[in-house]
Amino acid sequence: MTGSLTPPPMTEDCVPRFARGTRLQYDRVRETWFIQAPERAFLADAIAVEVLQLVDGARALAVVIDTLAEKFDAPRTVITQDVLTLVNDLAARQVLVRA
Amino acid sequence: MTTPPPMSLLAELTHRCPLQCPYCSNPLRLDPRTSELDTATWRRVMDEAAAMGVLQVHFSGGEPMARPDLPDLVRHAQSVGLYSNLITSGVLLNPTSLAALADAGLDHIQLSFQDALPDPADRVANMAGAHAKKLEAARLIVAEGMPLTLNFVIHRQNAERVPAMLLLAEQLGARRVEIAHTQYYGWGLLNRDALLPDRDQLALTEQAVTEARTRLAGRMTIDFVTPDYYAEEPKPCMGGWGQRFLNISPTGRVLPCHAAESIPNVEFPSVADASLTDIWENAPLFTMFRGTDWMPEPCRSCPAQTLDWGGCRCQALALAGKADAADPVCHKAPDHGLVERAITTRPATPPAFRYRRYGNA
Ligand code: SF4
Ligand code: SF4
Repeated sequence: MTGSLTPPPMTEDCVPRFARGTRLQYDRVRETWFIQAPERAFLADAIAVEVLQLVDGARALAVVIDTLAEKFDAPRTVITQDVLTLVNDLAARQVLVRA
Repeated sequence: MTTPPPMSLLAELTHRCPLQCPYCSNPLRLDPRTSELDTATWRRVMDEAAAMGVLQVHFSGGEPMARPDLPDLVRHAQSVGLYSNLITSGVLLNPTSLAALADAGLDHIQLSFQDALPDPADRVANMAGAHAKKLEAARLIVAEGMPLTLNFVIHRQNAERVPAMLLLAEQLGARRVEIAHTQYYGWGLLNRDALLPDRDQLALTEQAVTEARTRLAGRMTIDFVTPDYYAEEPKPCMGGWGQRFLNISPTGRVLPCHAAESIPNVEFPSVADASLTDIWENAPLFTMFRGTDWMPEPCRSCPAQTLDWGGCRCQALALAGKADAADPVCHKAPDHGLVERAITTRPATPPAFRYRRYGNA
């Protein structure tokens, strides 16, 4: 791993999974979702919750995008932008990695 | 108004530790083994913590791996939905104990290092061979696949090696690293002359961290904790008194921070006497410095009061003798001269360490 460069951004054909030690978790007390990670918990917004519930280490991002475009009856280009921005932000924070 | 629940629980399972770091965050009076909470009580505490909204439990000490029931406690944390983190010196870690923890569902390990070089590291820990054991522990953890954070406590005798520490963390395959300057209460205050860096040393550590952050973006997260003696304003200690953290001592005292047992004239609530929720919401130890009502001037009329919450109560007590004073590290605090004097009267040669061990305070 040492000496490797920062990986290029994920694209539609990538399959993301949660890095070990990170997960999406529902907080029943605050009635909201959190991303649990080493020594921190990030609040997950509505888009993150929809996307991350589909991240299973098997689905490619293209499938995630199709699913959400259908579910919200929204233009695929808009969803694509939202999903890729989110996934790459979480990859930079070491929450998501390539499966 | 009800108080929002805490986010994290620091579970100090024991004060026993094979190391003797002179900046240890444990209190000067260490709890003996015979008074430690038993397994069943810790389980009940975690049930209550999860039910009230705690998201993460940090198993700490002392050395938490000195407790043989650690894997049971990790398993229990997992079963009630708590994210589990182990804060360890690593000297008791071996393939068997690591496998038991991984099997129990441990989420993350924070491994402490004393230096990047073995000799000065072992001198700070006052334990021969400690550094080599830690290197081996790091390799085992990374090979197992468990996410690893390395923690380095910085002081005048190792500050120059921060670049080497960052390199070591990278080589070992850590996912996070903490470069944390010593905090000066408890043992750290007792050893302040031997530990406090000068301004130039501090600047070099900041520079090393900035450079490494650019170089390692997306691969390794670097957290930096400044020595607040050189800051303009204090840190928001624990995110505000009684606002985000619960700390439970080996004997079951429930505290807003790990140094809070120094606060005088207040009863320390115990898990033996009340529920965590009741303690969090009502115990005088938690309500006395929560929010801003308790603040004297200059904090009372300061716009930063809900950013830093007036700083650290234990530091105010240790330096100014009053827990409800503005933190003396603040430039506006009436007692700020005490911090300036500590910096100017620092001896050129560091004195010998007063090691952290039972009966040595
Ligand atoms: S700081 Fe050092 S002495 Fe204190 S608990 Fe950690 S390893 Fe042990
Ligand atoms: S005066 Fe009080 S609130 Fe304002 S910066 Fe200083 S410590 Fe913080």
